[in-house]
Amino acid sequence: MTTNRSVSKSVEDARENGNATSSRRDFLKTSGFLVVGVGATSMAGPFSAAVQASAAGEAPGPYPDLDFRKLDSWIVIRQDNTATFYVGKTDLGQGTGTAFRQVMSDELDIAYDKTSCVMGSTDVTVDQGGSGGSDALQTDGWPMRRVAAEARRVLLEMASAKFGVPVEALTVREGVISVTADPSKSITYGELIGGRQFNVTLSGEDVNKVAGRASLKPVQELKNVGQSPPRDDIPAKVDGSLKWAVDVKLPGMFHARNVKPPVAGAKLVSIDESSVRGIPGFVRVVSKGNYVAVVCEREEQAIRAARELKVNWQKPATPPFPRSEDLFTYMRSTAPTFTSDPQVVGDPDAAFAAAARVIDADYEVPFQGHTAFGPAHATADPSNDQMTIYSNDMKSYGLRNGVAKFLQMPRDRVRVVWMDGPQAYGRTAADDAGFEAAFLAKEIGRPVRVQWSREEETAWDTKGPAYAVRMRGGLDGQGSLVALEYDARAADHNHLGYNEHDTVLIAQLAGMRRAEPARGRSSIPYDKYTIPNRRLQGSVVALPLVWETPLRTGNLRDPDGPQVTFAFESFIDELAAAAGADPIEFRLRLLSASTDDDEGFRRARSLAVIKAAAEAYGWDARPSPKPVPSGDILTGRGIAYTYRSQTMVAQIAEVEVNRRTGHVWAKRLVCAHDCGLVVNPEALKRTVECGMLHSLSRALHEEVQFDTEKVTSVNWSSSPTLTHADTPERIDVVLVNGDPNPERPDLPHYGAGEATCKPTLAAVANAIFDATGVRLRRVPFRDERVRAALRAAGV
Amino acid sequence: MSRITLKVNGTTHSVDVEPSTPLLYVLRDDLDLHGPRFGCGLGQCGACTVIIAGEAVRSCVRRVSTVAGAEITTLEGLSVNGTLHPVQQAWIDEQVPQCGFCQNGQILTAKVLLDRNPTPTDAEIREAMERTLCRCMTYYRVQAAIRRAAQATTPSQAHAGQED
Repeated sequence: MTTNRSVSKSVEDARENGNATSSRRDFLKTSGFLVVGVGATSMAGPFSAAVQASAAGEAPGPYPDLDFRKLDSWIVIRQDNTATFYVGKTDLGQGTGTAFRQVMSDELDIAYDKTSCVMGSTDVTVDQGGSGGSDALQTDGWPMRRVAAEARRVLLEMASAKFGVPVEALTVREGVISVTADPSKSITYGELIGGRQFNVTLSGEDVNKVAGRASLKPVQELKNVGQSPPRDDIPAKVDGSLKWAVDVKLPGMFHARNVKPPVAGAKLVSIDESSVRGIPGFVRVVSKGNYVAVVCEREEQAIRAARELKVNWQKPATPPFPRSEDLFTYMRSTAPTFTSDPQVVGDPDAAFAAAARVIDADYEVPFQGHTAFGPAHATADPSNDQMTIYSNDMKSYGLRNGVAKFLQMPRDRVRVVWMDGPQAYGRTAADDAGFEAAFLAKEIGRPVRVQWSREEETAWDTKGPAYAVRMRGGLDGQGSLVALEYDARAADHNHLGYNEHDTVLIAQLAGMRRAEPARGRSSIPYDKYTIPNRRLQGSVVALPLVWETPLRTGNLRDPDGPQVTFAFESFIDELAAAAGADPIEFRLRLLSASTDDDEGFRRARSLAVIKAAAEAYGWDARPSPKPVPSGDILTGRGIAYTYRSQTMVAQIAEVEVNRRTGHVWAKRLVCAHDCGLVVNPEALKRTVECGMLHSLSRALHEEVQFDTEKVTSVNWSSSPTLTHADTPERIDVVLVNGDPNPERPDLPHYGAGEATCKPTLAAVANAIFDATGVRLRRVPFRDERVRAALRAAGV
Repeated sequence: MSRITLKVNGTTHSVDVEPSTPLLYVLRDDLDLHGPRFGCGLGQCGACTVIIAGEAVRSCVRRVSTVAGAEITTLEGLSVNGTLHPVQQAWIDEQVPQCGFCQNGQILTAKVLLDRNPTPTDAEIREAMERTLCRCMTYYRVQAAIRRAAQATTPSQAHAGQED
């Protein structure tokens, strides 16, 4: 039994479940795929526990919303005593599907391997928002546990009635209920309810608060939680049997490719369709405003047509943005569009005036792209007055809602079939290709598959915002930090990372966008340091071109913690060095300065992760930097710490810096990580490893480069990424797992993934300083930049 | 269009396509073999990797006409009678993938490496895998899985698994 990763499996489940109701539809499978043929089609949900939401007088559409207050929307138990959980989240490869099976099988009291999980398709799962914010277990773990517990309670009541004994006289184990005093009297869940509906109504004002009458089990009674069953999505990814969103093939399907403006902000003047009419398989050029696509019968034909289509564009009168080399000068000299109210503790001005020593520094993180391994793609089927979008959108429910508004279709005629796709990390929360496929399918009246090119994806995907941060710190005569100032500028005006019908790229290009840009944000650091006087403030700056720009910002893993933490934790390291203190001791002093606890015991847990990281690494206390030896290879180690929501992270990087070439190798990484209750330790360790390495890639390689017209870093040569050669020799992940004080209550399951991405940039920069005595304040630390900094410092 | 014969995973197919069509689109769209995937179309990432004559080949930049008649192996053809190739088994044992989109290239490139060099050093693994990219950054586990597969496979077995 598995988490559903493919349409074919989902169809099988739907068929099975649909047999119990009148909603079975006709399916046809070709090449392992659902083919949406003639006739309205729908995967029957879990017993069609749907809300009939159509407007009065209008025929209901084929895809009504599932009712989150019905137990049958969440769990189906079959006669063979297996259970399927329907979860409105998407598993992007971190194993949340496996984790939901673990927590839910524990609460339901059924063997883990008798369960399966269906995720993310909008017509068979309740809208829980899909993925985002590393919240799958932190937020959605609770309603999923509660519905599973409620199913167990209902089953126990059914058994109680059957055997004529009170519930308290029953024992339940792995889906079998028996009379405790007479174990010969027993019945399985499947015998009690298999193939039938619970018909139980749940309470709760929204999907996150949904609950039954059952209580949850205490942590100590959870058996599958804390184990590491192998991730159930992996075998099909390894043997080639998984059907991905890129694999969808429908009868009569056409292939489309976009033709983007060659200069950001260019306006379409005319299209010479005769330039491509002779290409075999050519179908049509579709354009609206500045959105242009070619449609052909085969994809290599569409690729050729997109390349050869002659389009006359008019360049904008003013440059859309400064050159990437001039970005930070521009950001510092441009009036912000928004400035947050400062967070002030104590009297920073007086403290700086009285400080024995004041130091300051500027930090810079450029725009960094998602540069997903597979460019954007989706396939849409417009048959029978409905729209089905096959998509890897991490927020499939948002895509459904957005497309319904974009195409002005009733929501219950639009569905998204969620399927696996390449590395999401926020990119598919603004699913450009999903909207484009639906738009083109409606225009053409046939199924259309859209696939972006590599260059298009790398240039036009959503970007993590650039940050320019000014830090200032004051030390007293004893080297204690008495004043701190953080002032950030984020190039994040009009942050557009979502599936909104009036902000996705096609809406902008097609002239269907909203008038008002989004405000964007500028974040402040997350730490539990006790600094008696501090002022934290952030501003947002806008680039000249606000819409239809390839420098559109969106959510890239956190979405700005790596930038903010790079500045803040680098500067804490600078202060430690200025104070002549060991970087860890300096941080521990700042964390020990208060004994007040806070929500989730974050200070105590911050101390615990830093100490755990130091112990795992074998940290010897001494100030940075080390004396620089002779020879080409300089080694050093650095630490950085932060938290996200309730998850604490401390990381140590050990680097080798080649003095001659400037090349940096992170030879070893250590992460001490505390996300509370750990559901699947092995899956978590891998997520932490990969999250660190993603940020290592951002530290060493990644930068969006552009001239005053367009993005110029557009493929894996001009937009390099971490490779096998960069991989650390050793990675240690320490799951600290909870509060060090045994008297306190057990911690719940917090979010794990994105917190991991935050401290790595600073840990690497601090290690480079330790090795060389040179402080790198500009990301990424590419060879030429490091070499120049070392030469400038005479190293 | 012209008719081209392809031998993929031991089966002979005849397709009618433009000779200049990249092999990738023929495998995916005409033969419904979805192990190889589009990642860049430039031969830079490895998502589209197939094995031809013992070489890891980037099918997105290989014209279909140039491989007519050659023995082509895709990810789907790696297992034998339902038994996973030792490299695939090592991938599962090591729990390598995150999203998994690049793993076709990782697995097939690793297989070619181990077929040629059953006991690679860490440096040889890094060198052989260098141009096969992963944006979930599973490199650490990919390398561990290659070491695991190397240990699980004696040289003679590695040879037996070599179908090219």
